[in-house]
Parts: sequence; structure tokens; C-alpha cells
Amino acid sequence: MKTIFKRPEALAETPTHYCPGCTHGVAHRLIAEVLDELGLRERTVGIVPVGCSVLAFNYFNFDCQEASHGRAPAVATGIKRGRPDLIVFTYQGDGDLASIGMAEIVHAANRGEKFTAVFINNAVYGMTGGQMAPTTMPGQVTTTCPAGRDVEQVGYPIRMCELLASLRTPGFVERVAVHQPKYIIKAKRALKKAFQYQADNRCFSFVECLSTCPTNWGLTPLKAVQWVDETMIPYYPVKNFKSPETEGEGDAD
Amino acid sequence: MARKKSKVTIDRNRCKGCELCVHACPKGVLAMSEEINEKGYFFAQVKNQDDCTACRFCAMVCPDVAIEIAVEEAGVSQE
Repeated sequence: MKTIFKRPEALAETPTHYCPGCTHGVAHRLIAEVLDELGLRERTVGIVPVGCSVLAFNYFNFDCQEASHGRAPAVATGIKRGRPDLIVFTYQGDGDLASIGMAEIVHAANRGEKFTAVFINNAVYGMTGGQMAPTTMPGQVTTTCPAGRDVEQVGYPIRMCELLASLRTPGFVERVAVHQPKYIIKAKRALKKAFQYQADNRCFSFVECLSTCPTNWGLTPLKAVQWVDETMIPYYPVKNFKSPETEGEGDAD
Repeated sequence: MARKKSKVTIDRNRCKGCELCVHACPKGVLAMSEEINEKGYFFAQVKNQDDCTACRFCAMVCPDVAIEIAVEEAGVSQE
């Protein structure tokens, strides 16, 4: 018998602390598999955020650095500029990247820092107990909007990919989902591209992963998967927004 | 083409009982157990190994990477 699917080498044996059905584990596995396949594990540094994935350094077999809340892109900038030979990636949730860390990610993307940002969007603050995030869907119930997100009061969810893709600086921006096999296969392809662009020293790369949070959504893992399909994907289109090859096509100026 | 023999192995103590693999399987190979594991979860287990086509869907969706899949040698592409 030949093993066709097993735990990637870059993923540690440590069991994760994530809730049952949380797709953080899938995103971790995809990153680990991609780094293994590209042979980059030995020179990778992961920047882990504040959020549910704050302990992600326990789950990877490569070096990691913890960053303050939202500041992972700033830390990644420092490490990548100091040691351009290293492969640097940030792993951030939506409360971290799209809220408190908005300035850091936008400016890192605008400067074209040559690291990879992996953004996990599950439409809620997970670790702190399910508060409303900038990416919370209209009408979605969270602990801080018990009547559902009111767009009159707090506006519409932020689409990070669209926002970053509007920057003139070349980059790779793609939104993927990690809740179902057909999306997971595409997600892996996008992550591989993102890391390849970095390994080639081409550009900043950003991959947004639509993810589930069964606990804070108050759904079973299976219903959470359906919720991503029915609610998130229509609002957050899963596609490539920008790549260095297509650069300049849309620029009229 | 004749189906290759495959073997799905689930690490029962890694499983958190989310059931995503059971629903991802197009052939109904997996089912939840009636016992609990070390962590206290009902874990996923292999029910009909013979129906397995080694599509890897179960392993892909498993957030805890508790599933390993092996097939008989020759002709299986590795992505």
C-alpha cells in the first residue's frame, strides 16, 4: 500500500486547541503542505497573530514569531527586510487584520513588502467570545449585535481583497474558501502561487480564506459549512483579484 | 477501470467528532462511533472500506488531520 494522504512534515504532531469543525486546521494543513512541496520549510518564519490562532506556533514545524494585535504585517516587514532570504508569512484572523491591523496590512501591501499574508475570514471575533467583526455579515447575530448587524449603524462588511486589489502596487490577491473539498483544492493552488511569488521575490501576496466558526455562529459544523455557502460566498466572491501577470491591464492612468 | 483497493485510517484520539468527513464522503464510507475517545468525543470511523474510491475528500476537510489514506500501488496520482 502506498500512502496518498498523510500529515505534512511542516505540521507538528501537537493536537490543536481549536473547536470541533473549525477550519483553522484545514488552513494550517494547506500552508504546511505547500511549504513542504515547495521545499521552503527550513527557511520559513510564520508570524502568528492575536486571536484563536495565537498558539499556531505550537502547530507548525518551523520558526514562528508572535506579533501584537494586528501588527503581524509590521513584524513581517521587519523580518523580511532584515533577512530577505527567509520566507515570511503572516497568519491573521479578521478581527486582527481587518480591524485593529487595518493600517498595517494596507500599508504593507501598498509598499509591496515581499511577504505572504494569509487572512482567515470567519465573520466574527472568535477567541474573545463571538463579538461583531468588521467582516460580520449584515443581520448576523453576535454577542455585541444581538439583534443582528445593523448596516445603517455600522456599515457593511469590509471586503479586504477588493480593498487591497485596488492598490496600484503589484501584488497577488486571491480569495478562497476552506470549507469544502472543491474550494480546498483551489485554496491550496492559491497558497502555492502566493508562496511561489514570494520565493521568486516578485511581489506582496495576500490570500483570504473564508472559514467557519461553528461555536460563535451557534451552528453545528455541518450547518456552518452550509452557512458559508449560502451567506458568505455571495457577498465575498471566491476568485483571483490581482496577480502580477495581469498588472497594468486595468490602469487607465 | 477496476477500482484500486484503498485503506482509510482515522486516528480516533485526534478526532473531535465534527462529522465533516462523514458528510464529505460521497460513498458513505464513514460513520460516527457509538463509543467515545480519550477526549470524550464520538469519533468518526470507517464503516464500508470496500466502497472507498480514495477520493481524499474526508482527509481534505478534516480540520484535525486525523485521516490517512493509502492505496494499492501503481497509477494513483499524488497532487
